[in-house]
Amino acid sequence: MKKIKLIFYIFSFTFIFFNNLNADNSQQVEKISKNLRCLICQGQSVYDSQSDFALSMKILIDKKINEGKNEKEIYAFLKNKYGEWIVYDPEISQNTILLWVIPLILFIFGGILIVKKVSIK
Amino acid sequence: MINQIGNYSLFIALFASIFLLFQSSNVIRNKSKNLDGKIFSALSVQSLMVLISFFSLIFAFIVSDFSNETVYNNSHTTKPLFYKISGSWGNHEGSLLLWLLVLTIFLFIFFISSKKLLNKYRILTVLFQELIIIGFLLFILFTSNPFLHLFPIPKEGTGLNPILQDPALAIHPPILYLGYVGTSIIFSSALAALVCGMVNKIWAKHIKKWVVISWIFLTIGILLGSIWAYYELGWGGFWFWDPVENVSLMPWFCLTALFHTIIVLEKRNIYQSWTIILSIATFSLSMGGTFLVRSGILNSIHTFANDPSRGIFILCFLLVLVLLAIFIFFIFQKKLSNNLTKPFLASKETAIIVNNWFMMFFLSVVLVGTVYPIFLEVISGSKISVGPPFYQKLILPFLIPFLLFMAVGPKLKWIKDNLSKIKLNQIMLFILSIAISYFIVKFFRVSYLLILPLFALGFFLFFVTIKDFFSKNSTMSQKISHFGFSLFILSILFNGILAKEFSSNMKVGDERKYLNKIIKFENLKIVEKNNYKSLVANFKISDEKSSINLSPEVRIYNQPRTLTSEAAINSTIYSDNFLVFNVIKNDGYYNVRYQFKPLMMWIWFSIILISVGGILSYLKKNE
Amino acid sequence: MNKNIKFIIIILLSLFVFFVFYKGLEKPNNYLPEKNLNKIETNLVFKNLNNKEEILLGELINSNSFSIINIWASWCLPCRDEHVHLLKLKNISEVDIIGINYKDKKSNAKEFLSELGNPYVEVLIDLDGTKSIELGAIGVPETYLIKNKIILKKYIGPLDDMKLKEIIKIIKNEKN
Repeated sequence: MKKIKLIFYIFSFTFIFFNNLNADNSQQVEKISKNLRCLICQGQSVYDSQSDFALSMKILIDKKINEGKNEKEIYAFLKNKYGEWIVYDPEISQNTILLWVIPLILFIFGGILIVKKVSIK
Repeated sequence: MINQIGNYSLFIALFASIFLLFQSSNVIRNKSKNLDGKIFSALSVQSLMVLISFFSLIFAFIVSDFSNETVYNNSHTTKPLFYKISGSWGNHEGSLLLWLLVLTIFLFIFFISSKKLLNKYRILTVLFQELIIIGFLLFILFTSNPFLHLFPIPKEGTGLNPILQDPALAIHPPILYLGYVGTSIIFSSALAALVCGMVNKIWAKHIKKWVVISWIFLTIGILLGSIWAYYELGWGGFWFWDPVENVSLMPWFCLTALFHTIIVLEKRNIYQSWTIILSIATFSLSMGGTFLVRSGILNSIHTFANDPSRGIFILCFLLVLVLLAIFIFFIFQKKLSNNLTKPFLASKETAIIVNNWFMMFFLSVVLVGTVYPIFLEVISGSKISVGPPFYQKLILPFLIPFLLFMAVGPKLKWIKDNLSKIKLNQIMLFILSIAISYFIVKFFRVSYLLILPLFALGFFLFFVTIKDFFSKNSTMSQKISHFGFSLFILSILFNGILAKEFSSNMKVGDERKYLNKIIKFENLKIVEKNNYKSLVANFKISDEKSSINLSPEVRIYNQPRTLTSEAAINSTIYSDNFLVFNVIKNDGYYNVRYQFKPLMMWIWFSIILISVGGILSYLKKNE
Repeated sequence: MNKNIKFIIIILLSLFVFFVFYKGLEKPNNYLPEKNLNKIETNLVFKNLNNKEEILLGELINSNSFSIINIWASWCLPCRDEHVHLLKLKNISEVDIIGINYKDKKSNAKEFLSELGNPYVEVLIDLDGTKSIELGAIGVPETYLIKNKIILKKYIGPLDDMKLKEIIKIIKNEKN
């Protein structure tokens, strides 16, 4: 048991040392446009698409960032125009809470079931 | 003429199936004597007829017989022979015929290869399998008949979607179907074994072969689909979490869980009902996947021609099968021998159930992510998209403990092991892995928090499995597969953090500097081919040491008229250079997209390694 | 007892899934942005096609009567087909049609109008396509019927006789 604890400490220790770097403008555009669905070439992201719509969208995102808008504000702006459908990463809301929670509930449920079935000694 | 042959042989196959259904249902009244001969001959007739039907469709494609509606809709005289043949299963009707063919042939093989087992069990399996076959036959004959006659006969066909004209995609569906259909055998035989009360070691040993073979085909099928997406879709990605891709992944998770559990059943005779549930679930997911893809209920990049009435048929059929399975499960559950031995915490049995636990979690993420938008739209009317970020957010954190269990689990012994014997060298390996990944993360300035533990455990699994090759505590197939998986995770991680991408509008003669490379647009020429016109560009990418030439194309297909971009990919064992260009409206300019993708080959290779593990397990002689 | 409950739950669950999929089949699977009757974004500054003056979109839109915004480009083939209907619309209804020229060359746009006729009161330029996105468009052609700065109708794709009749009907009804 001590050894497991040791592993845990080593692990969390290295984790704390770790720090985040900030992304610049083009990385930000890339990040946002990867999360947007291209509406006229359905199934592709805005980032991957070369359609007129997608190209303009990328310019617009760049403009919005320069205006000082952050990621969330840009998503909100686009959702207002095109509906929830445009983002690939659905925010947690009344409509999507189950989407995020069902897999986790099932995981916990599975865990409980296993603990019940397994004898410790 | 060919049409009639194909059509009538399907009807004969239907009669054979109905005959088989009645014959095999005799077994319920315990009249199983002397059924073998009858069933054998009826099965032969059935498989032969479907085979004839399938070949007549291929023949109609080869000779471009446009009196056949399917051929007219999906082929063209100028198409190369290879794509004429693969075109016969590249469409809805033909692909279902292929499904049916594999169904009947697999059943035939099952019947002749299980002679040593209880007769009642074999015939019951035939009974359940025939239910599925009849469902498919009716579906083909009445909603998707590939032999519909056209009159007057058109002179020319409308052609095959050009993005489907690709070698990987030509063999991708058959391989995937072998996997899907294999799960139907597992389904039928699991139900039969349940009814006969023989969910035990003998059954496990027998059905394991089918689990393994389905698993191999499914794995390779998914790999081929992914390779196709990488080469043909032209965005440089290989997995898009697109619904159609997810649909093939779902039975894979289930089957992988079953692959592990069946070993426990074989060795220890526990987890009987769980094995049966997994068997039913795997097939239901395969069928459900077919429904989702073929009914057009999903919105996907891989669009197929769709027809809602077909969807309703598959849906009802699926419901009948699932309800049947549930009823049989609850009625015959008593027959499962009540083996109340609980597995110990530190044992291989527990390790495998932990594997199942994670597999089911991954499955639930993919399943919920894929069908949730459909549910939400029906229930509340609002539309949402569930894309890559969702899957990454839920799956990546769970990969961390999963990798750890994968490294430690196989070392545990059956029945009972001692946890306190974690060896010093394992801890050393663990520390080494963390050190390496810490160095990588710092060196490449990765900004994503989860990368560090993912790398660390990826390396840990990598080292542990390498070390295991020199010890004797588990089978070769397990070692290779797990090693392949560690390689897979590491290649994806490296690929993810080191991939570079550059996009610009260029005209002929332009040069762009990117990182330490110079990308030059050297020339552009037009090439006339039999069934398409092609703009072939020539790019030179050079750095201080070397230079490579890449020739991407833009193809203008004549039948049907479509534009496709063919990426030029230079693959080495270290990295891929991926270049694709597109026509834009700006005179003389082309949109050029260059991607540097490290270790792509290793992603493909690692999946092949994973399947090699499966193949070894199949070939291994069971004592 | 416990088993029976499990059994019933599982049966109900599969019937529920069946029902949802069945309902789902009836819906079209290709998505068009919700035709939400939003306020039109008027706070956008455009350049004019003919003189280089800058115009605020809000100034062009009549606050009390109808206006129509039509997004078009000379390179877009459906726009060419649609153009006749726009001319008809202008003649019949006397409504102001504001053209937004999408990602086009000025010379081509002018040529297009002199060749086919000009139904627009003003033609505004959207060179990089970003303003059309602010208006909520996904491509060309698109036509919005606006009253009181609210979008009453949104047509994605070219206008045809049916749509034209619909527009005229709405305008007439409101007048009476």
